[in-house]
Amino acid sequence: MIELNTISKTFNAGTPQQVRALRDINLTIADQEFVIVVGANGSGKSTLLNVIAGVAMPSSGTILLDGMDVTHWEDYRKSRWIARIFQDPFMGTASELSILDNFRLAAIRTHKKGLSIGIDSKFKTKVQERIAMLGLGLEDKLEQRMGTLSGGQRQALTLIMAVMDDAKIILLDEPSAALDPRTAALIMAKANEIIREFGLTGILITHHLKDAALYGNRILLMREGSVVHDIKADEKRKMTVGDLQNWFV
Amino acid sequence: MNFYLAAVMLGLGFIALGFGIFISMRIFNIPDITTDGSYTLGGVVTAVILIKFHSVPMAMAASVLAGIVAGSLTGFIHTKLRVNALLAGILVMTALYSVNLSLMGRSNIPLINVPVIYDWFAFITDAVMRQLTILILITLTLLLLLSWILKTDFGIAIRATGNSETMVRAMGVDTSKMKIIGLGISNGLVAMSGSLISQYQGFADINMGIGIIILGLGSVMIGETVTTVLKVESIFGRLVGVIVGTIIFRLILAFVLSLGIDPNYLKLITAAIVLTVVCIPTLRKARN
Ligand SMILES: Nc1ncnc2c1ncn2[C@@H]1O[C@H](COP(=O)(O)OP(=O)(O)OP(=O)(O)O)[C@@H](O)[C@H]1O
Ligand SMILES: [Mg+2]
Repeated sequence: MIELNTISKTFNAGTPQQVRALRDINLTIADQEFVIVVGANGSGKSTLLNVIAGVAMPSSGTILLDGMDVTHWEDYRKSRWIARIFQDPFMGTASELSILDNFRLAAIRTHKKGLSIGIDSKFKTKVQERIAMLGLGLEDKLEQRMGTLSGGQRQALTLIMAVMDDAKIILLDEPSAALDPRTAALIMAKANEIIREFGLTGILITHHLKDAALYGNRILLMREGSVVHDIKADEKRKMTVGDLQNWFV
Repeated sequence: MNFYLAAVMLGLGFIALGFGIFISMRIFNIPDITTDGSYTLGGVVTAVILIKFHSVPMAMAASVLAGIVAGSLTGFIHTKLRVNALLAGILVMTALYSVNLSLMGRSNIPLINVPVIYDWFAFITDAVMRQLTILILITLTLLLLLSWILKTDFGIAIRATGNSETMVRAMGVDTSKMKIIGLGISNGLVAMSGSLISQYQGFADINMGIGIIILGLGSVMIGETVTTVLKVESIFGRLVGVIVGTIIFRLILAFVLSLGIDPNYLKLITAAIVLTVVCIPTLRKARN
């Protein structure tokens, strides 16, 4: 469970450039909830995710994960619970490392990175099986540098990497924004499938109202750093793209 | 001794330096100027301990340790005090000048009548063969050790840190810690090189480290030119590339000097060679 209690985030406090990106957000997200976040540019969606992930520190308020106060934990410590998918498809993987090395790192996300060689034939087979499920034909390219793949291919792999090790929460910040329509649809469907199959708690930011209507079992609208709509389960299911569009007028 | 054999020998002494620069510049993408100071530090600590305690293992271990401390300090200043990496390195290098000078108490210590590592393997009676054997053994040990470390889970985390910080933090890696450890390892290797070279040349000098980073960088880049041509991508192959690059670099320098060029121009020539190598990719692109 994710609990945000009166979370605020102010950038450049006390200067003329001061921005109140988050204002007293109270939010409780239950296990296995799949929350869609929509809102205009600059409404604070990414900041919300960054604060949860520990990339940005809140100016005030507390964050609890499974009841534990993790308000000021940095991102690498929170990775024990949280896997992340970025808007930039090149951010979630290391381009100079081989696909296999990338997967190894993902497979020990919650573990110590010790002085032992973890890549053996058993591990290779496991990675191969997982990648084959994508149906992109990448399973024979394990030794290739990640940098030789396209953005869409890398984003797809980033998704699989998220569940190589135990994860409870997955944060996706516009994961398909930089991709062509077909690949974008594939990534969204795959993300949805992974969240369901692995019983993850998901938070997805998107500007595609079609995706927002199609996926998830809860939807938030953010405006100027606040959550102004919060629609759950049954009600969410009834919402159409048209209803969502009305939020933005 | 054969002129070129001497160059190869000196090159072998500089391989630890090449590996150190490979780690800071290539794995971590940090131009670490600490190198100039930690190389001298290695030579100085070795000389002081050899004079005082006549123990080679102790001298070498202390040198490497001193280098690790110096590098970690740069890493600490860079990551924890958030000082630009280049500046952090310059600060530590500058401070090390005083440290080195006060350790020696003067600007040069000759290593006469003290044991050195090249006295080991006394059963090899030919001095040159003995030195060569020892240096090759050290090189092979470092090669195997480093390529193993870089293949472990820890090594993957290290390599990813210099490549994609956001990604590796999302994978639960404390990148600050990695950089501190990494610069420590890098400068430990550089100091080891300083130790080997001072024992080889028979003295430690306060100025022995000036411009040494360029020497290391040149070795790494010449090696990369070779590995790129041969399409070598594995970590082991790239480390072998550093070895090859270091030796080639020494041979080029030896050749240039054999043309009768004033040794005072050595650093100028070194810089010119490195500049040429650095520009090779640009020139290649321009031609295509
Ligand atoms: N690092 C930062 N420094 C200063 N201001 C920032 C920073 N990050 C975000 N902001 C500001 O905070 C506000 C919220 O930004 P945020 O990135 O959370 O918006 P968003 O809802 O994700 O927008 P978009 O849909 O364009 O991605 C914006 O006004 C932005 O300019
Ligand atoms: Mg955003």
